[in-house]
Amino acid sequence: MAETASAEITAWQDAALAAALFALDPAGTGGVALRASAGPVRDRWLSQLRGMLPGTDPWRRVPLNVADGRLLGGLDLAATLRSGRPVAERGLLAEADGGVVVLAMAERLSSATAARLVAVLDAGEVCMERDGVALRSPARIGVLALDEGVSAEENIPGALLDRLAFHVDLASLGIFDAQGDTISAEEIGVARNRLRRIVAGERTIESLCGAAMALGIDSTRAPLLALRVARAAAALAGRMEVTDADAALAARLVLAPRATRLPPVSEDHAEPPPAEVAASEDAQNDQPTPAPENGALEDVVLEAAKAAIPAGLLAQLAQGGGARRRSVSVGRAGQLLRSNKRGRPIGAMRGELKAGARLNVLETLRAAAPWQRLRQATAHDDLVHSRAKISVRREDFRITRFKQRAESTTIFVVDASGSAALNRLAEAKGAVELLLADCYVRRDRVALIAFRGSNAELLLPPTRSLARAKRGLAGLPGGGGTPLAAAIDAAVALADAVRRRGETPTIVMLTDGRANIARDGAQGRARAEEDALGAARKMAAAEFAVLFVDTSPRTQPQAQKLAAEMHARYLALPYAGAAAISQAVRASASDRSAGGGA
Amino acid sequence: MSSPFPFSSIVGQDEMKMALLIAAVDPAVGGVLVFGDRGTGKSTAVRALAALLPRIRVIKGCHYGCDPVTDGKWCDDCREKYAKDEPKSALVAVPVVDLPLGATEDRVVGALDLERALARGEKAFEPGLLARANRGFLYIDEVNLLEDHLVDLLIDVAASGENVVEREGLSVRHPARFVLVGSGNPEEGELRPQLLDRFGLSVEVKTPEDLATRIEVVRRRDSYERDPAAFVEKCRKQEERLRRQIVAARARLPAVSVPDAALERAATLCMALGTDGLRGELTLMRAARAMASLEGDSTVEDKHLRRVAPAALRHRLRRDPLDEAGSGVRVARAIEQLFGA
Repeated sequence: MAETASAEITAWQDAALAAALFALDPAGTGGVALRASAGPVRDRWLSQLRGMLPGTDPWRRVPLNVADGRLLGGLDLAATLRSGRPVAERGLLAEADGGVVVLAMAERLSSATAARLVAVLDAGEVCMERDGVALRSPARIGVLALDEGVSAEENIPGALLDRLAFHVDLASLGIFDAQGDTISAEEIGVARNRLRRIVAGERTIESLCGAAMALGIDSTRAPLLALRVARAAAALAGRMEVTDADAALAARLVLAPRATRLPPVSEDHAEPPPAEVAASEDAQNDQPTPAPENGALEDVVLEAAKAAIPAGLLAQLAQGGGARRRSVSVGRAGQLLRSNKRGRPIGAMRGELKAGARLNVLETLRAAAPWQRLRQATAHDDLVHSRAKISVRREDFRITRFKQRAESTTIFVVDASGSAALNRLAEAKGAVELLLADCYVRRDRVALIAFRGSNAELLLPPTRSLARAKRGLAGLPGGGGTPLAAAIDAAVALADAVRRRGETPTIVMLTDGRANIARDGAQGRARAEEDALGAARKMAAAEFAVLFVDTSPRTQPQAQKLAAEMHARYLALPYAGAAAISQAVRASASDRSAGGGA
Repeated sequence: MSSPFPFSSIVGQDEMKMALLIAAVDPAVGGVLVFGDRGTGKSTAVRALAALLPRIRVIKGCHYGCDPVTDGKWCDDCREKYAKDEPKSALVAVPVVDLPLGATEDRVVGALDLERALARGEKAFEPGLLARANRGFLYIDEVNLLEDHLVDLLIDVAASGENVVEREGLSVRHPARFVLVGSGNPEEGELRPQLLDRFGLSVEVKTPEDLATRIEVVRRRDSYERDPAAFVEKCRKQEERLRRQIVAARARLPAVSVPDAALERAATLCMALGTDGLRGELTLMRAARAMASLEGDSTVEDKHLRRVAPAALRHRLRRDPLDEAGSGVRVARAIEQLFGA
């Protein structure tokens, strides 16, 4: 187990090692975020993990749409009805105490469910206050989050991800890569017994903290998790104290995937932290890799982490693009489970059990409760009633009422090409900002697509978060061609996704309408315009509310034609500022809600 | 959960600790909102506060933890039961009640006692979390993810100090005076401005930026996790000292005077920042008084105002959503102008 960072260690070996360390200490390491599509590689990884877990450890799968009652626990309906008094039932998390909870399709997990998991992970127990019963039960669990996301926008909610030590990516591996030794459950069991007594020196703590900071990792949980992983690594290797190799391994597995920037290279060797100067050399003797000249552990750790940062990410980090990537899929607060009756439950009312109506069992029982004695006294001759402990009648039925928030999302499609950039980009940014201020009060959402060069880019996925919007806007560059068709396609796709979520999209196009890049990226005005018109027709067919703001200095016939094809409201705003645009958007949105259509 | 991480051992995050201590000294300040990055010890601090606070005396058997001394604020049960004879009392820890996400409304406000209703056909009230939180703290982690109607309800009860239940033919009102503590991460979504304003103090927490502090955080946390009991024992003295400081501050609080000059200062500051309504000034004054009391001073001075102003005012400014500087900086700037550097 004494491998250190070197080129020979394959991604699979690291993944397998992560599985072993997770199996060793599921609750301590928090868990694994496993990014891989369903397939043989993932299956092999999972079966290896299961093989390493002692058979007595519980293993529970949590489906994506789990109800709170099952996740946290709630009223056991059958037992309640049988015994005539409320009986609490433990949820999945409590049942998994001491074992592993598997989240399928974790990238689609709502942040509300994630928050519940996080609370349990932090407290090590489930504290349930639901349905008239209160229950506390221990739940020291490790979470295995299966992330099947393919794009950068799909991600596990950040709060949960932060608490999982291992972020394993198997997406690039084939089944032939997945070869290697396995560790038996007995070995894990032995190592577990050792774990509690493992000592980690000050140097380990210092070096892990230092490395985390150099890699731009903000959360203090990361070095803490790395420390626990280092300890687990020592236990697995049969050592009683954490060596530098363990620390390096922990950095590679825990810190590297979290890196948001590359460590400053020049400082690495120039000035080791003062605490490291006194560090002894002898601990490094058992390492095959040559230690850096100054022998500082932090450098070893940092090197190990750096070597493990994936190549693609490295390039991205070098450009300073890491920060944006981190928080892409958060901010879905308040989104509720899909069903034929959706929305936020707002209490119960007396009602008939018609199609689609959901019986609120608890409220129904409450409604029936006061009458029990009376009914039992009068229903002696009625066999059906006398056998039941509780008699519930039709007038007791309570139906859950839902309220669906008519959320709207405004999608800005901003022309950042050379022709528009100079005079319009700043105003477009200003308009988005003003609208955002508005949306912030109304709790609406905003998204931003920018197009320039050869394609359109989703700069800001639908969000209500000011912090993220700020970041998205700050990095909006300008210049290049005008790929209008691609932009319209992107807007339609996004608006469609928004609508499928049950919200109302409004598209705002800010452009001069002078397309010069065709859909396939080829230059040339004629084809580009044709493509743009085609895309516009598609947009019209989807019947979205569209506002077309012509940003060219003089009104353009092309732009007008395009707007007509989109069935958009056309607005020529040659010299309008941000405030005017924002006002026009508001007017168009209220038009839509009043009259429907565009 | 055995013993929580000791409050006095939390590294840094001074503003958050100050806000929580102020709320402990004077609950009338109104709740505390803690917003910030992940992994900065928000939940740790709140849970630690419970262990830190001195125990309180309650009437034995009372669901709401009525105080045996001040009979003016008793619940209906106690008023009826102890109309003539003296109530028996007991010492208990200050309740810090966790409101788990996903809690249903009936558990929060209380509801018909199902067991008694089903078994005996009695109509009885089963108190909820609000009853349990009376005279203590109610903590909501990820407050921005809580259902809006629950947040509305909580804020309303926290402001009125009384929980009114009208459901299932029950009509109950009981005291529910608690300090609402909410925490959250702004990346997950914002709180409505109306709600922000209802929190007394608002603090922002950030990840410590220097290495030494971070190492200290991890080191303490690690040694706590390895042996919680020993770690808590080691911190017993400093915890005790902090506890005495709180007790002394509470006793001193009524005597702390607020000179007209300080009132004027507070008003000028609020006007300069353009805060809406008078709640900002009131909170600022109360918080400054609690601060003075904590520090052992008998009058409110500029230095107290300065320290509490960011926490009392930052969430009440008219939001310029994309102002890079953030409202904390705007308050700091206004203080600088008014009080001099």
